Amino acid sequence: MKLPIYLDYSATTPVDPRVVEKMVQYLSVDGDFGNPASRSHRFGWQAEEAVDIAREQIADLLNADSREIVFTSGATESNNLAIKGAAHFYQKKGKHIITAKTEHKAVLDTCRQLEREGFEVTYLDPKEDGIVTPEQLKEALRDDTVLVSLMHVNNEIGVIQDIAAYGELCRANKTILHVDAAQSAGKIEIDVQKMKVDLISFSGHKIYGPKGIGALYVSRKPRIRLEAQMHGGGHERGMRSGTLATHQIVAMGEAFRIAKEEMASENERVLALRNRLLNGVNDMEEVYVNGSLENRVAGNINISFNYVEGESLVMALKDLAVSSGSACTSASLEPSYVLRAIGRDDELAHSSIRFSIGRFTTEAEIDYAIKIIRENIGRLRDMSPLWDMYKEGIDINSIEWSHH
Amino acid sequence: MAYSEKVIDHYENPRNVGSFDKDDKSVATGMVGAPACGDVMKLQLKIDANGIIEDAKFKTYGCGSAIASSSLVTEWVKGKSLEEAGKISNTEISAELALPPVKIHCSILAEDAIKAAIEDYKSKNA
Repeated sequence: MKLPIYLDYSATTPVDPRVVEKMVQYLSVDGDFGNPASRSHRFGWQAEEAVDIAREQIADLLNADSREIVFTSGATESNNLAIKGAAHFYQKKGKHIITAKTEHKAVLDTCRQLEREGFEVTYLDPKEDGIVTPEQLKEALRDDTVLVSLMHVNNEIGVIQDIAAYGELCRANKTILHVDAAQSAGKIEIDVQKMKVDLISFSGHKIYGPKGIGALYVSRKPRIRLEAQMHGGGHERGMRSGTLATHQIVAMGEAFRIAKEEMASENERVLALRNRLLNGVNDMEEVYVNGSLENRVAGNINISFNYVEGESLVMALKDLAVSSGSACTSASLEPSYVLRAIGRDDELAHSSIRFSIGRFTTEAEIDYAIKIIRENIGRLRDMSPLWDMYKEGIDINSIEWSHH
Repeated sequence: MAYSEKVIDHYENPRNVGSFDKDDKSVATGMVGAPACGDVMKLQLKIDANGIIEDAKFKTYGCGSAIASSSLVTEWVKGKSLEEAGKISNTEISAELALPPVKIHCSILAEDAIKAAIEDYKSKNA
């Protein structure tokens, strides 16, 4: 077994070897290195054909038309283009936007920018399980709501939102619905014929493709128009100028093709590993799963080990590559805003670890992870004054702490 | 984030983890920090008849730097008088452990823990 063990597939994934093999065929003088926008010679035509095939492969996973796919540099750019692009284009219809407090920063920060430009944004509070209910959205929708942006799967806690229900509500209200699907593509079904979604953001590197490439689905029926954020040669039907990165696009296409083919069997395997990990640790005292366990993607589990601080646990688990909701790693000292938004107190937020499992995770790795988690939770709790107090029956919230 | 070798050493082999009876008159207890902030330090000093710190123990909930700062302090205070111990400053602690700027608060907390323990001893033995 190779150490450290990678359990951070929600952060990024390694590129699948099959994808790498395709990708390198579009770079050198021996490959199809041409500019897909070159119309006057076969170098360009071949590159364009490769891009067309990739566009089809991506559209295939969504049951969409390939003309509905716009390539970007990643999900952050897709989110920016979707939100600013739609808000600016349709602002005469209204200046109210709805999103949720647990969205990715690429959505939240874009909405903040629109607030500075005079838009009004409603930030929905998810329930304790991380879900934004359709009723909450229904109550927040107004006549002047021009755009709703809600994610399909949360990056920290992996919970799945009811996009189909949001779609019905938005369509009835004539409001554009944007969905950030960076964490759901290839993991759960996305069918644009069934879900009434207008704009969907995708990332290449979350699904075993390379970094630096993403896509935005832009619905043709109904036709959604966007104000371009990147101006230039009018690529991607004017929505996103810039020479298409053939090798990255081909790679993303191949990654989406593989995802579609293998999603069902991979999900089953990943879910078994996730449950093995969870069952291996949740008989310890004061262990909490953050977010709904039922409505959750297979590969994610986010656990708070109460009375152990997350960063010191990450340090102890140096043979595991995981993420912590503790803030100590950031300069702000604020713990995970996602866990705070679902009502977790600061202590539990500080004590959280996200494990994300993927295509190359093995059972032996999970078993090793369980062993070192158990050992280190014990060791750190023996060192924790809060654990002592818990054991003595002292309510930690009854103490007047000196905040610094 | 990269930790210094000294932080890793103290974190992996913490010195003097444990507790003394806090009701013992010769024991000084200082507990500082807050769970909501992500670190709580409990420092206990055992003081002999001559006012010299003969032993020290700690328990810390916090990041690696917080654990290392408290572990280091337990080593430093032993054999010192209360007055000498009270002069240990966060800058010495952070310099010894090569703490990065975002972790300076861990060394401040360790300094505060010493001061809180001394206060506790004084009020107990007033």
